[in-house]
Amino acid sequence: MKKFALDFKVVGNKRLNTRHFVLELQAPVPLPEILPGQFVQVLVHNSPSTFLRRPFSIHFVDYAKNTLKLLVQTKGEGTRHMGMLKTGDNLNMVYPLGNSFSVPSSGKVLLAGGGAGVAPLMFMGDFLNRKNIRPDFLVGFRSADEVSQIDEYSKFGKVFLCTDDGSMGEKGFVTQHPLFRQNPLPYDRIYCCGPDAMMHAVAKLAAEKGVPCEVSLENYMACGYGVCLCCITQTDKGNERVCVEGPVFDASRLKWQSNG
Amino acid sequence: MADLNINIAGMQFKNPVTTASGCFGYGEEFKDFYDPGLLGGIFVKAVTGSNREGNKYPRMAETPSGMLNSVGLQNKGVDNFCKVIYPKIKDFNAQIIVNVSGSTIEEYVKVAERINELEGIPAIELNISCPNVKEGGMAFGVVPATATEVTRAVRDVYKKVLMVKLSPNVTSITEIAKAVVDGGADVLTLINTLLGMAINAETQRPVISTVTGGLSGPAIKPVALRMVWQVFKAVKIPIVGIGGIMNAAAAIEFMLAGSSMIQVGTANFIDPMAAPKIVEGISEYLDRHNIASARDIIGALKVC
Repeated sequence: MKKFALDFKVVGNKRLNTRHFVLELQAPVPLPEILPGQFVQVLVHNSPSTFLRRPFSIHFVDYAKNTLKLLVQTKGEGTRHMGMLKTGDNLNMVYPLGNSFSVPSSGKVLLAGGGAGVAPLMFMGDFLNRKNIRPDFLVGFRSADEVSQIDEYSKFGKVFLCTDDGSMGEKGFVTQHPLFRQNPLPYDRIYCCGPDAMMHAVAKLAAEKGVPCEVSLENYMACGYGVCLCCITQTDKGNERVCVEGPVFDASRLKWQSNG
Repeated sequence: MADLNINIAGMQFKNPVTTASGCFGYGEEFKDFYDPGLLGGIFVKAVTGSNREGNKYPRMAETPSGMLNSVGLQNKGVDNFCKVIYPKIKDFNAQIIVNVSGSTIEEYVKVAERINELEGIPAIELNISCPNVKEGGMAFGVVPATATEVTRAVRDVYKKVLMVKLSPNVTSITEIAKAVVDGGADVLTLINTLLGMAINAETQRPVISTVTGGLSGPAIKPVALRMVWQVFKAVKIPIVGIGGIMNAAAAIEFMLAGSSMIQVGTANFIDPMAAPKIVEGISEYLDRHNIASARDIIGALKVC
């Protein structure tokens, strides 16, 4: 899949809550085909402390508007700067990068995610709908004040919700949700993205219950296109690059040693 | 338009811009962005005697105006390079130079002998400066006697152009440079990364798995320029300058300090188009200053 490095124009910057916002970015040339699970490398600005690009999963693609969306969690100077971007500003991105979630032709699908890790699941939901699959979403947030975009997810499938503090939906982590207590699990596939500990826990549960599971890793990266070899994860084939062989991996192939 | 051609050690380069080992893969990864044939040369990722998995994750820390890495020479070994990678890159319209690494002198020699057989590879760059491996690597490059020894051992078996990449983690860069020249090097590359460290105050842990790693990026450029300048005055063989070159101005600075060619390293991670932009920028600079050839600025620093 051909990669590009171009300036996008900010056409929207919507704050979801104190920590999260969604940037909508318009491409200067028609977007190529982008697959759910792929990511972009964002060049924040020329500051000594934001020297490298930042990787973000693609949250949504709108080919009609020629835009893509990024769901961003404010963590450091780079993401703070991105949060201040205004309509009309430019943002340089390298795209589309990495592999993608596998796409089943039929069956029951669960899309599980937590925090800003839910980002690629919206795009995956839309993609599955186009293949006539209506997935279930299981999304976890820290607390009620961070719960967002439930109406958006609901367009593509049924949404199950949990919060760490129980202020909305089920209390606890996604793996503690009653959905996972069912035997057998009523799903043919699980796709997961979120903090490493969460993905590891979901992968373990999926393996116990015999359901194939794919996870999208978010390792630290320098380049994002396979040359620096910094973002590796240990798999059954040795050290593989998260930016090229991933970010999506069949969870059963991962050793998890390097990812918590 | 100014003449960008550079000839060093009998090798012809169409311009002085090359990409650094470990920062450009095998060149193929950049084909989406531009034709690697636009470059003077490509220094491909380090090749060792056999497969190396490299160090544990995390291997990278972003630091002010730079980054720290501890990849640890991950590569599939010289057999795989010769059989799988070489056929894919040998026809690039740029000089392809292989970075040769090892843990022992025997390993360096074995890899050099194999690469010597490859018709499309006119030179090797001996890596005696990797700070991220337990054995070999930088250990050879920080002591003059072993630097001479490993260079000479490879010189004995390698018949083409022998470049040696020096470590900046030494008290006297000129002493090491002279030692490598004594061993029979044709060209010197400097500098490799500076040994550094990053700590996360919140977790009270080192950021990378190996605790220490190699610092690169503009943060190290002043050190690199100083070393190129000192070595330029101390030895007679050509220098390939590297260390935080992000743009044409930095490339020109390295040439003024005495580099015949330059390598673009970390910049490839931030702007995939960095290297061809630098080629254009050098050409524009020479025209603007009415300088006929890129060769005219090598070591042309005006020191009163």
